[in-house]
Amino acid sequence: MSERRYPVAIEVNGVRREGTATARTSLVDFLREELRLTGTHVGCEHGICGACSILLDGDPVRSCLIFAVQADGHRVTTVEGLARPDGSLSVLQDSFCEAHGLQCGYCTPGMLIAAHALLARNARPSEDEIRDAIGGNLCRCTGYQQIVDAVKLAAGRLNGDGAK
Amino acid sequence: MKPAPFEYVRARSLPEACALLAGHGAEAKLIAGGQSLVPMMAMRLVRPAVLVDINDVDALRYLAVEPAQVRIGAGTRQAALAADDRLAAAVPLIRAALRWVGHAQTRNRGTIGGSLVHADPSAELPLAAVLLDATLCLHAQGAPVREHSARTFFTGPMSTGIAPQECLAELRFPRWPGPRTGCAFEEVSIRHGDFALVAACAQVRLDGSGRCLQAALAIGGAAPVPLDLSAAAGRLAGSDLRDDDIAQAAAEALRHLDPPSDLHASAGYRRHLAGVLAGRVLTQARDRALGRPGAADRAGGTERP
Repeated sequence: MSERRYPVAIEVNGVRREGTATARTSLVDFLREELRLTGTHVGCEHGICGACSILLDGDPVRSCLIFAVQADGHRVTTVEGLARPDGSLSVLQDSFCEAHGLQCGYCTPGMLIAAHALLARNARPSEDEIRDAIGGNLCRCTGYQQIVDAVKLAAGRLNGDGAK
Repeated sequence: MKPAPFEYVRARSLPEACALLAGHGAEAKLIAGGQSLVPMMAMRLVRPAVLVDINDVDALRYLAVEPAQVRIGAGTRQAALAADDRLAAAVPLIRAALRWVGHAQTRNRGTIGGSLVHADPSAELPLAAVLLDATLCLHAQGAPVREHSARTFFTGPMSTGIAPQECLAELRFPRWPGPRTGCAFEEVSIRHGDFALVAACAQVRLDGSGRCLQAALAIGGAAPVPLDLSAAAGRLAGSDLRDDDIAQAAAEALRHLDPPSDLHASAGYRRHLAGVLAGRVLTQARDRALGRPGAADRAGGTERP
C-alpha cells in the first residue's frame, strides 16, 4: 500500500510553491527534496542542533519539528530568502564572511536565520542577547565567538555605525 | 530519525478535535507545538496512527487576567506567554519558568498545554503548575469539562491523568494576593536550554512587617514527577524568613526526595543540587517580596545563568 500524500502549498521566500508530501515528511525534507531548496541543512532531525532553522510566519522555528503538511497555507523564509534580490549577500551574510563566523558551514543557515530574526526585532542587541538568540544552534567549528562577532558587526552596519 | 507513517487531520475547533479523538480512540494523538512529540515520533518512541493537528484552533490561544486567577488557553505559545507583561505582573512565576524552557526556536512553536501533557519530570512549566496548584480543564466529546489539579495530574515520567479522548483546553493559575509576594525559579542543567538535572521554584507572601504568611516550594528532576514540597515550606508561615529558617525548610524538603541516578548526574549530586536550589529560590522569593535589590534581581533579569 502506498502512503497517502497530502497537498502542500507554502509561500516560500515570497513565492507560492506547491507540492505533495506524506504526513510524516518534515518541512525541511519537503523544502530540500520537493522544492530543491537545499540551503536549509538537516542535522539531528530531532530538534537539538538548530541547523534546519527557518522563519515560519516570521518567527524562527526548527523545520525538522514541523511536518510539511502542517505548513500548508503558511509563509516560510529560508536562508535562500535572506540574500538580496540580485543574489548578492545580505549585510548579515557578508559579516559572517568577514568575521569568520563560519568554517565548515553546516550550522550557518540556522545561525543566519536565528541572527536575522534577532536583528529584525532588536536592532542593537547586547552580547548576551546575541548568545541567547543563537543558544539553540550548535556549531562545532568556531567556538561561537566569531559568530557573535559577526552578528555584532552586522548590527553596527545596519545601524549605520562606521563604514558601509 | 524518521517517524513511522500516520494519517494527518487538521481540527478547526475544540469540539472537532474532541470528536476526532473520540472517533479514533487511543490510536490518535493531538499535536500542538510538536516540540516534544515530533522528536519522540522521530525516534519511534511514539507511533500514532492518526495525528490531529490543533494549531488552527484559535480558540485555544488566549490569556485572561482575572482578579483571583489567570486563565490561559492550552494552545498559547510559550514565546507569547514569555512576552506578555500582564501575565508577568499577575503570575510572575510563569515568565520566570519560561526563561529556562528550550530555545527561541522551540518557544515560538511550543505551547504551555503541550508541555504539561508531555509531562517530562524535569520540565519547567509542569513544575510551576504544581507549585501554584494550577487547575487543568480537560474536554472530551459528550462529557462535562473535567477539572484536574496539577498536583495530582502527573503520575510518572511522561504520564498524566489525561485520558486518550481528552484535550487539555485551559489552565487556571491562582494569583496570590497582596503586593508583598515574590517568586523565583532556578535550575542546573548541563547547557542552558537542556533538560534540568534539578529545577526548583518557590513563592512566598509576606505581611506588612515582613512575616511570612504563605510559602510554597516545588522541585523537579528529582523524582518521576514534579514534587510539591509546600508541606515542608509551609512551616515557614509565621516565621520572618531568616536565612536559617529557610535553611531548615530546605533541609526538611530534602527528606522527601529520593532522586534518580543516571548518565548525567548521580542521586547524590541531584540531592545536593536540590538542597542548594531550594534554599536559593526561597531566599530569592523572599528578597523579591521585600523589594530588595541584589541577588534576586540579578537572577531575575536577563543575565544568563
